Amino acid sequence: MDITFKNVSYTYQPNSPFEHQALKDISLHIPSGSFVAIIGHTGSGKSTLIQHLNGIIRPTEGEITIGPYTLSPDKKLKEMKELRSHVGVVFQYPEHQLFEETVEKDIAFGPENFAVPEEVIQSRVKEVITQVGLSEAMLARSPFELSGGQMRRVAIAGVLAINPEIYVLDEPTAGLDPRGQQEIMDMFYTLHHEAENQTTILITHSMEDALQYADYIIILNEGEKYMEGRPEEIFAQEEVIKQVDLELPESIRFIKAFNKRFNTSYPLIKQSSEQIANLITETLEQAK
Amino acid sequence: MKPLIEFKHVSFRYDENGPWVLKDVSFTIDERESVAIIGHNGSGKSTIAKLMNGLLFPQEGEIWINDQRLTESSIWDIRRNVGMVFQNPDNQFVGATVQDDVAFGMENRGVARTVMQERIKSSLKAVNMEKYLLTEPHRLSGGQKQRVAIAGVIAISPKVLILDEATVMLDPRGRKEIMETISRLITEEQLSLVTITHDLQEVTQTDRVIVLNQGEVWMIDQPQAILRNGNKLRDIGLDVPFITTLSNQLAQRGISLQKEPFTTEEMLEELWTLHSKT
Amino acid sequence: MLNSMIIGQYVPGDSFIHKLDPRTKIIVIFFYVIVVFFANNALSYGLLTLFVLLAVAITRIPLRFIIKGLTPIWFLIFFTFLLHLFLTKEGPIVVDWWVFTFHKGGIIQGLIISLRFLLLILMTSLLTLTTTPIEITDAIEALLHPLNKVKFPVHELALMMSISLRFIPTLMQETDKISKAQASRGVDFRTGKFKERLKAIIPLLVPLFVSAFKRAEELAMAMEARGYQGGEGRTKLRELTYVTRDIVMFVIFIIMVIGLFFLRN
Repeated sequence: MDITFKNVSYTYQPNSPFEHQALKDISLHIPSGSFVAIIGHTGSGKSTLIQHLNGIIRPTEGEITIGPYTLSPDKKLKEMKELRSHVGVVFQYPEHQLFEETVEKDIAFGPENFAVPEEVIQSRVKEVITQVGLSEAMLARSPFELSGGQMRRVAIAGVLAINPEIYVLDEPTAGLDPRGQQEIMDMFYTLHHEAENQTTILITHSMEDALQYADYIIILNEGEKYMEGRPEEIFAQEEVIKQVDLELPESIRFIKAFNKRFNTSYPLIKQSSEQIANLITETLEQAK
Repeated sequence: MKPLIEFKHVSFRYDENGPWVLKDVSFTIDERESVAIIGHNGSGKSTIAKLMNGLLFPQEGEIWINDQRLTESSIWDIRRNVGMVFQNPDNQFVGATVQDDVAFGMENRGVARTVMQERIKSSLKAVNMEKYLLTEPHRLSGGQKQRVAIAGVIAISPKVLILDEATVMLDPRGRKEIMETISRLITEEQLSLVTITHDLQEVTQTDRVIVLNQGEVWMIDQPQAILRNGNKLRDIGLDVPFITTLSNQLAQRGISLQKEPFTTEEMLEELWTLHSKT
Repeated sequence: MLNSMIIGQYVPGDSFIHKLDPRTKIIVIFFYVIVVFFANNALSYGLLTLFVLLAVAITRIPLRFIIKGLTPIWFLIFFTFLLHLFLTKEGPIVVDWWVFTFHKGGIIQGLIISLRFLLLILMTSLLTLTTTPIEITDAIEALLHPLNKVKFPVHELALMMSISLRFIPTLMQETDKISKAQASRGVDFRTGKFKERLKAIIPLLVPLFVSAFKRAEELAMAMEARGYQGGEGRTKLRELTYVTRDIVMFVIFIIMVIGLFFLRN
């Protein structure tokens, strides 16, 4: 499902002393199957933007199309539930939405609402619990007696169980320790590449994550689209990024500084530390 | 330097039959020293913070703060010397506005109103929040709320400031604000700093690091020495900075640098020296 | 939905009314509510209405915003009017058409009661529109202070009130967040049978309670860490003092009350 924003604006509490325009004339296109990172500071409009993706809020101006569905300011979408079954949203700190007596029931909650047949739910629950790195033995436990990290995984499993075509991830790793962060992001990355045509939209503060996982980057600033492009296009414009207080990922910064010092021209693309170490070795060898 | 905080063979668990959260933990933190306590989630690092000002009491061992043993009867004295900032910016903001929140700690200690007003101004100025005197908490960003919390601590002029994962819930901008504020304040106010974190950026700016693993002290040393452990840190669930990883990779390829670099610039300097020699 | 309700919402400003001591506002409003019931003719009601409208004008809060914010109240006012219209059978018949017979007394009674209702609502919402909740708490604490003598826990009550007020926006945000998260998991809060909608509240309420308890626990810990040991030996930053402005307000109000008693029959 393609996602298209056509001149979308959103205003909170219009015509009141508290009026606040959160999105200003945003147009963008996210083709099916892409992994997009949306970057911006708090207050840049990221959260408002993603709430449009499954019709939680409707634009106050402009139009959004998600596959066959259209969201516009004045018309309520009849197939809202259908749209939501295609768009899975992992909100910030999703563990706050857990409420059932057992982990199993909580994971099954989404698919049940979307009228997925019982036997399908059964098998999905077992599948997703292992996908998020927990054991099936956890299913019978209460979500409230788990650790914070485990609760996060259960909440994510609850979204996976809906089996959507579009994933919207709003800082899914916030507050986790480094190992937990890595595991969760790797899981989503694998999921994205295993599924046919799955679209993943990652909201993040981290340029590192954007570099690591995304094939397209959109930067928002104060409600407006500030920049968009493939990672290498974005990272080539360090000055422009710095103007909105964002920084290059460390590895890119290093390659750039290295190029300058050693007069080389290695590309500013995603590379592992092994690859970079090889580049350095190569350069030093050549000098001999 | 005079020791300020001493843990002597401290063990702690939440209930009698439960697992030990901390096992035989001993360390000393000196006056005016800044120390990071790092470890994976569940390693017991936040428990240490709560033990330091008597929010929890150990089952075994002793804790001494400023030459006073921490007991039920000494906690109120000790809390005068120990200021603490917690993880969730919302759940420690007591006041209805910024100035009320800064005042809260002073009100509790019976500070006179005129003194309070002065200290509110100076401590808000110290964290660059003097313009927000009358702002309500829900109109502040997470980083701003944490700075107000820090101002509230400074206002009671403690000897040590404990940050219990105080930047975890902030965005990079908020994190930066806090880190800059802190590094300035600990010199200005002559504070000791205990920062509980898994952010390695913070670790490199401290004097010493205590690494915890599964409730035990895994290592205590200067940040450079800690980071030299590279992959072993990763095995206990911690992240290793990019430059450190890179220098380990280079070492495997037979390129050994003279001095362990921590920044891109230091790394390039080392490489350049190697390059020029050949 | 909650955002368009003005009851209990503070609109920042620096007008004469905003700057009044909250105790002044509470006292004036308290007595206004009483004197409203003494008005008994067009002139006295006119004076009371003028007083409120002037007050609204001074606050510089757009009247449009206030009127829109009273939407749920309009319905009540209209309903009260209808009740009197149909039920009061006094005076000559003014309208007699099909099943409708309206008496003059009914129309007048309906108008008066509705106006009275409107005046009361406007006046009390002026308090919340121009006074921060914490100022109201301070005023209540100060006005209740004499009760300390009979061992009434005034400090604890005020602290509880101010903390609750402090957390209202936080919990509202939380409610909004959780309901959006559950809506994304297919919960429908708006349509469906009553029983289903009632059931849809559980996924909202349970997480809210869990988080409220967690917040309370963390807050208690933070308060303890910051040296809170109850009201004893505590000093207070907030102090209320009456100034000239407040005296002016009391004088104006007293003049209005005297005027009212002249104008009534």
